[in-house]
Parts: sequence; C-alpha cells; structure tokens
Amino acid sequence: MNEILQGLAQAFLLIVSLDSELIAISLRSLYVTLTALLISTIIAFPLAALIVVTRFRFRRLVITILNALMGLPPVVVGLLVYILFSRSGPLGVLGLLYTTSAMIIAQAIIITPLITSVAHQSMQGLWADYRDLLISINTSKPQRIGTLMWDSRRALITACLAGFGRGIGEVGAIMIVGGNIDNATRVLTTAISLETSRGDFSLALALGFVLISLALSVSFATHWFGKTERGGLW
Amino acid sequence: MFPLEVSSVEINIKGKRIVGPINLLLKQEGISVLLGANGSGKTTLLETLHGLRKLSKGKVRWSIPNKLAAKEQSFVFQTPVMLRRSVLENLMYPLRVRRFSKPNAIKEAMHWVKKISLEKKINQQATLLSGGEMQAVAEARALITKPKMLFLDEPTASLDGLAKKTIEDILVLAAKNDTKIIMSTHDLGQAKRLADDIIYLHKGLMESHCLKDEFLNSPPSDAAKQFIAGDIII
Repeated sequence: MNEILQGLAQAFLLIVSLDSELIAISLRSLYVTLTALLISTIIAFPLAALIVVTRFRFRRLVITILNALMGLPPVVVGLLVYILFSRSGPLGVLGLLYTTSAMIIAQAIIITPLITSVAHQSMQGLWADYRDLLISINTSKPQRIGTLMWDSRRALITACLAGFGRGIGEVGAIMIVGGNIDNATRVLTTAISLETSRGDFSLALALGFVLISLALSVSFATHWFGKTERGGLW
Repeated sequence: MFPLEVSSVEINIKGKRIVGPINLLLKQEGISVLLGANGSGKTTLLETLHGLRKLSKGKVRWSIPNKLAAKEQSFVFQTPVMLRRSVLENLMYPLRVRRFSKPNAIKEAMHWVKKISLEKKINQQATLLSGGEMQAVAEARALITKPKMLFLDEPTASLDGLAKKTIEDILVLAAKNDTKIIMSTHDLGQAKRLADDIIYLHKGLMESHCLKDEFLNSPPSDAAKQFIAGDIII
C-alpha cells in the first residue's frame, strides 16, 4: 500500500514539475493517435456516407464485414503491419518499421472500421429522414454525402471520440510495430507497460494519469467546440 | 416542359397493383387537384409523376428530357421533411445545391422567410417549429427555386385556419407566376377553393379528369358522388 502511495506522490511531482520525459512521451502519444484519427476520418466518413446513399450488390456484406472489423484484435493488426513493413516484407524498402509512421498506420487500420461503423449507423438514420427530400431536390451523390456528413456532424464527433479512445489506449499493435524505443517510438501505453514490468510504479502511474486526463480533456474539448447538448440545437 | 404525358402507368408493389393503369395529360396552366379517399393512390401517383417511384409499366414523359425536367420540379411531402438546420439554411439549401452563391441564396431565403412570416425564427432549428410552420417552410423551400412544376401531397392535411390560408395564398400566387401545381387533398372545400381541374382517384384508378365545375355538378361515378356528398366511402 505504501508503495502505491509513494508512487502516487511521485507521479504528482512528475506531472507538476513538467518532467521532460513525461511530456515528450505524452506529446508523441497525441501525435500518433491524432494523426491516425485524421487519416481514419478522411477515409471513414465519406465511406460511411457512400454506403448509406448507395445501393449496390454486396452492401449488406460490406456492412457486416465493417461491423466485424470493429473487433479487430490490435495485436493481430500489429503483426500484419509488422510483416508488411519488415525488411523482407513487401513494403520493407520504405524502412518504416519501428517508426511513428508505422504506429500511425497500425492505429489507423484499427480505428477506421470503428469510426466507419459508428458514422454509418448515425447517417443511416438521418438518410431515412432525408432520402425523399434530397432525391426530390435533385441533388447529386456528392451533395447527398456532403449534406449527410454535415447534418450528422455531432454524431460524427462522437465517432471520432470513440476512435480516439480506442487509439490512445491501444498498446498491442504499436508495441509490435513501434518497438517502444526510448526517445523515438515510446508512447504512453507502451511506457506504462514497460515501467510496470520494471517495477517503477511512480512513472507508470504518472503516465497513467496523463493518459486518462488526455482522454478526458479531448472529450471535453470536442464536446465544447461541437456545442453538443447546448442551446436546444438538437 | 409541358404537356406532361402519362401513358398506361402502373405501380405494383410485391405483385399487388397500387395504382394504374393511368393515362393523363397535364397542361401548364393552373392548379390541378388530385381528389380521392385514403388509400386511393394519391400519394403514390404524385410520387410517380415526380420520379420518386419506379414504374412497373407505362411511361411518364415530359416534352423535354426527364433529366432536365427533374430540375424544374419541387415536391412538398405530406409530413414535411426538415433538414436539421436553421430555418434560413433550410430555405437556402435547394439554391446552394444549384450552386447559387451564399449571399444570393441568403437574399432569396430572406425574401421567402418574410412571405411565410417567420422572420423572427430564421435562426431557429427547423425541426423545432410547429407543424404549420414546418409545412410553410417546406412549401417556401419548394418554391424558392421557381419550379415550373410543384407537387404537393396533402399540404394542409393537419392544419387549420390561418396556417392553411397562408399556404393556400402562396399557392395561388405561385400558380399565377407560371408554376404548374398539382396537389392531392381529401379536403373538398380546399379543392373548391383552389382547383382549376380535378383528377378523381378511386382504388388506384383514375375515374375522371375534368374541370372543377364539371366534376362538382356532374360527378363521374357513384364513388365521386358520395365523396362530394361527404359520405364515407368504403
């Protein structure tokens, strides 16, 4: 018990004194996950809207696959990306293994299906309302997609949050493809895992607090900017 | 664009004939009213003419290619579909879709907001308006593109008094300004006030298409006679 309390105190000190290592690791975590999130949303939102407004042969199958991919085990994604980018792998020449780029790619693969699925579900409901009107107004397909995305933007923010939450807390994939290299690819989750196994609970706890508060503050900020649940907007 | 020629059109859903066969010739002038009891196929026919339904048989032909004709039409649904945006943005939407500049769209929308006396609510979320207000917004949004053809599906079914009059006045004015109007209603009083010619539907078939007075003075069938007399038609 004493050890934990000590750890807590030291963690507090580390955070308050703005420990340089702690800050570097936190920033790297944010950089990796936010970049992955950006890439994912660029793919996921239009893809989800496209699936909503288009009727094609294997639509149901695609939706089912997307839903199934939500549960993609990160470790397996890490493994696949590792194989892809390893020296002898098909993309080995790019030399991306053990870089933040590989970590971003792995995270993007993990969260894209999640965001697509959540976005698809909310836009599906909106489309049921809008369909007749948008067809009647003679909108083009890109215009329909744009309208759906804009009018369900709050739900899309939620999708982003879900994606961010999954990304920032993820450890399996980035451990494999990033390698947890000090000053290069070490991020919050991999550092916590390392410090815990080393028995350095203070740093691990401090990192843990940062991780939790990051997740919380990003959530608050997004809600604030999105004006969710305010002023009878909905 | 006119005349609109409808030749032996049928709509079947799951092998059951909902409407048709219908032959109809619509000229440019005036307000045509589609009369008939519930379930007589008014909505289906309107949607078919507008191109929202797939024809099972027959043809709907404008004097210009259907693609061009689609741009000259608007449709007001029985339950108004409001975009989850402000009143002003709802009105601007069809113009923005047609690539009007934002200032022009705002100008035009403001003009229409005044016509439907909703100046005080331009920034209110349209989905929070009252039923009558929503119907007025839907109608203004349909007319803002100056369509040559306007379809209305029971535009005042759930309205009374002033709300009904506002909407009817706008329709009469639009008809004077070269917008052909075809609307369905089961409100005989409204048909008497607005119609130039009356199309009477009974169980999916068109029983007559004639001038209003002719229809009222010598009803084409027993069902029509009962309808005019205000009897319940089974």
